[in-house]
Amino acid sequence: MKKYFKEFLRGIIKENPTFVLVLGLCPTLAVSVSLINGFGMGIAATFVLLGSNIIISLIKNFVPDRIRIPCYIVVIATFVTITELVMKAYSPALNRALGIYVPLIVVNCIVLGRAEAYASKAGVINSLFDGLGMGVGFILALLLISGIREFLGVGKVFGYTLIKGFQPILVLAMPSGALLVIGLLLGFFNVLKNKKI
Amino acid sequence: MKNRLIVSASPHLHRAESTSRIMWMVALSLLPAGAAGVFIFGRSVLWVIILSVISALVAEGALQVLTKRKVTLLDGSAFITGILLAYNLPPGVPFWLPIVGSFFAIAIGKQVFGGLGQNIFNPALVGRVFLMASWPKYMTSFDAITSATPLAALKEGKALGNLSYLDLFLGRHGGCIGEVCILALLLGVIFLFRRGYISWHVPIPYIATVGLFTFIFGTKGFFSGDWLFHILSGGLVLGAFFMATDYVTSPLTRKAQVIFGIGCGLLTSVIRLWGGYPEGVSYAILMMNAATPIIDRYTKNRVYGA
Repeated sequence: MKKYFKEFLRGIIKENPTFVLVLGLCPTLAVSVSLINGFGMGIAATFVLLGSNIIISLIKNFVPDRIRIPCYIVVIATFVTITELVMKAYSPALNRALGIYVPLIVVNCIVLGRAEAYASKAGVINSLFDGLGMGVGFILALLLISGIREFLGVGKVFGYTLIKGFQPILVLAMPSGALLVIGLLLGFFNVLKNKKI
Repeated sequence: MKNRLIVSASPHLHRAESTSRIMWMVALSLLPAGAAGVFIFGRSVLWVIILSVISALVAEGALQVLTKRKVTLLDGSAFITGILLAYNLPPGVPFWLPIVGSFFAIAIGKQVFGGLGQNIFNPALVGRVFLMASWPKYMTSFDAITSATPLAALKEGKALGNLSYLDLFLGRHGGCIGEVCILALLLGVIFLFRRGYISWHVPIPYIATVGLFTFIFGTKGFFSGDWLFHILSGGLVLGAFFMATDYVTSPLTRKAQVIFGIGCGLLTSVIRLWGGYPEGVSYAILMMNAATPIIDRYTKNRVYGA
């Protein structure tokens, strides 16, 4: 059990998809305007990651090496379609807010990256915990970025105003603000990492 | 006799000049424009300048202590950043605006890159653009004290009233604190030219390009533009002489500096005539700052004998 927990934890800190592997930045930049969008995107990506990791780990022995990437993409696209349809049915508002970035999870580097680098070589249970850990790491990173951007850029947290009279820094709610926040956080985590070693 | 036997790498000749001395001289040359701003807009403007300078110095010192680097407050570069940022703010901004702007200018515009000499963009302009994107309401409200800027009026198609060239030259119109009085700015410019701290290679092509471009693409057809109006209004003189000439962010060779100046002029004119903003000096200089390394690469002087 301890071994699986280690697999799970790795995705959160040591190999955090956003801040250490620097994968999947496109959706991170695009949807991290508000906490609710960031959380929704994180959950959707985690579901896809979990499903595709399990299936790819199961089929890894039947897939010919030469066409493995198209096969992975078909598996991933299946889960993305499920996610999109469920989101459209139960949370149309979130689906509208995330827009094109839900179908684009198909080409999210984290999902394909884990399929290629991990699930195609590891056992099913290991892959499950790896997918879960990476997904949670992605959710946490998105919550951190979108929390900073929503609080400072819009002046709200989960849509509620906390401080009255606070003049939001509009630039942080713009695309350039996303780059700025992610860049500064990356630098900050690198400083922390270098200090430890 | 002992000293003559020391073998060292070039440069072998030294002058009394140093980076900090030049910086303080530039700061001195900026004083008349600030004084004119205080005279035109009232004493509240003085507080904007002081707050901006102090917070720039505090930010520089604090970040250098925090990152365990040598504290170089006395080199005057943060002082100039503070002054230039304040000169780029409209009079009557809330007191926290220059503080936030200066801090951003020093932290993100300069120290993140490694301090003086490492920054890609002019820190004061980074601060201004950050404020412009974040609080456009305060950055474009000139109404509190004077009317809208002449360029903003032109953009909205409003009548300019009976604004003469002399009014523009003396600064009797709306605008940012340090940019309105061309006369005071030119006093500082003459001082810098006489001391040889800036050369004509950036500012003159810059201003000439703006003049030529706005003359050709006039509102009433080709070759009918009011070029003198475009040269005298907005932040062109301040930007061309004091910000585009920044040693760190402008190219090295003379040929490259002329290209840099012409590029700034083209971008400024395009933004003014067809862009969304009434004024384009800060964006033009920042964009050319980004192009500086590549201009430098293509205009390298040939090595002698190679």
